[in-house]
Amino acid sequence: MSNAGASKAKRNAVMALAALCIYGAVQLLALSGTLLSYHLQVLSLACINIMLVVSLNLITGFTGQFSLGHAGFMAIGAYLSAALTVFYQLPFLAALVLSGVAAALVGIIIGLPALRLKGDYLAIATLGFGEIIRVVILNIPAVGGPRGFTGIPRYTSFGLTYLIMIITIVVIRNFIDSSHGRACVSIREDETAAASLGINTTYYKVTAFAIGAGFAGVAGGLFSHYLQYISPAPGQIGFLRSIDILIMVVLGGLGNITGSVFSAIVLTLLPEFLRGFAEYRMVIYSVLLILMMLFRPEGIMGKNELSLEALESLVGRMKNRKGMRSDGTS
Amino acid sequence: MEWYILLQQMINGLALGSIYSLIALGYTMVYGIIKLINFAHGDIYMLGAYFGFYALTKGGLSLGPALLLSMGLAALVGVVLERIAYRPLRSSPRITALITAIGASLFIQSVSQIGFGASFKPFPQAIPFQRIAIGSVFITNRQLIMFGVSIFLMVTLHLIVQYTRIGKAMRAVSMDKEAAMLMGINVDRVISVTFALGSALAAAGGILVGMYYNRIDPYMGVMPGIKGFTAAVLGGIGVIPGAVIGGFMMGIAENLVVALGSSTFRDAVAFAILILVLLLKPAGLLGKRQREKV
Repeated sequence: MSNAGASKAKRNAVMALAALCIYGAVQLLALSGTLLSYHLQVLSLACINIMLVVSLNLITGFTGQFSLGHAGFMAIGAYLSAALTVFYQLPFLAALVLSGVAAALVGIIIGLPALRLKGDYLAIATLGFGEIIRVVILNIPAVGGPRGFTGIPRYTSFGLTYLIMIITIVVIRNFIDSSHGRACVSIREDETAAASLGINTTYYKVTAFAIGAGFAGVAGGLFSHYLQYISPAPGQIGFLRSIDILIMVVLGGLGNITGSVFSAIVLTLLPEFLRGFAEYRMVIYSVLLILMMLFRPEGIMGKNELSLEALESLVGRMKNRKGMRSDGTS
Repeated sequence: MEWYILLQQMINGLALGSIYSLIALGYTMVYGIIKLINFAHGDIYMLGAYFGFYALTKGGLSLGPALLLSMGLAALVGVVLERIAYRPLRSSPRITALITAIGASLFIQSVSQIGFGASFKPFPQAIPFQRIAIGSVFITNRQLIMFGVSIFLMVTLHLIVQYTRIGKAMRAVSMDKEAAMLMGINVDRVISVTFALGSALAAAGGILVGMYYNRIDPYMGVMPGIKGFTAAVLGGIGVIPGAVIGGFMMGIAENLVVALGSSTFRDAVAFAILILVLLLKPAGLLGKRQREKV
């Protein structure tokens, strides 16, 4: 028991160190002028996308509740936080916390009735809820209606986004490792069996849904203060955005957090490199998505989380093979 | 509100509703047989409109042959789509198939955007515009064509499903796939025919709507697709008459909201209806409630 605790502490320490190192490296590169402010902005966007993808993965990947309305929660956070900072001059952090709480509450309100549905019916109902959120926002003139909300101050910095992203991952990771998380996974594996073992399936489904929604709300707040503008277009906070997030979850692997982080980074950076092929972006995405489902439905990384143990065993295997050259992929 | 505005919106609703019914039929037939929400169905409707557009402009055909040609091509697309994307996944979890369907939908949209151009195209007016006045209510000849063609196609579908060999096979497969297979029914062929029929109906809807609104674009299938699906759920998914009733109800409900003066909420109506039906009567108006078996 103490041994497990010690290895857990060691793991946490190494993870924290790694997170710090990445942050330090980015800041050093920024100071030395290698990374321009444009690069930092793209990295901030990557962090926001990681939050969206990891939070949807909690709902869809770990709890098995297929949601096509994740952008709706992001929209709530984006608009509410912008309204709070612009109209009420609230501090940014307070606005973020409030928008996370609001999105989580809406998640509970929507989740309670909707999560009684299963599979594709749930997918289509969440899509409906997401679009209703969008249409309601579209009809509020105070936040710009169809023209969008302009003049939002730029409060989102890379450092803050990075910190909040790390908090998101840690909270969701710990939730999944807790008994609550195991209950959620059991619902994904077999809801009827889980219920028959006394797990309150509604409670856990709604909890996972609300946590995911809450972090999507915070991500939305970061997003609107990153872009300084938010509009109720389907591609920004609507159906298409939800699908974008879903694609990242699926490519990284349902129920795989490191996979989510990886795919969110790649799919955020890729369009920046492929500027000239902008119109082919969706063709490539859709073909990828279909091929993925046909040949590797478990995602690029499948169930293999990138963890310390996995790295250690990889290093061990490479040592054993001494003479043989291995690049250690897979 | 004056009564004739209400009546006018009812007429507009019936015309639009006939299109939703055509789309809903494709959803409901496919769902009835392979339990898949074919997300790409709305995009086949869009393709149908474009096929019609090119047949009318480049091909110089008149409306009837253009309609038939477009329905045939769309049927082909539907069959190919099922063969490539859905058939290999028939025994996979339904979520995998649903994600594939979303992928197929995005694929058709993005390829059409490149192939046909992202901006909208004015649809050629194959038939001169006429307006028939009945008191203070107006019916356009396009609405009549829309309604008439839709009803004709629905009746044809009904005859195919009820009175032909392949129709009987379709009903058998939707009732029990394994048993149908054991009786010597070629299930793969039945599924292909189902996709062909559904896609052809959607394509007809696409052309009629292109003519009605005078414009087509690569994303025109997204909302009607969702509304058609809502109509199918409303009527009871898998039940063919349900799709028709659901479609007309959707069209009328939507136009009544417009009559009440909130056209920006128009699209939300579909979703509100969808959610209410799913929560209160998930089997739909004509559907039978199925018990969950372990």
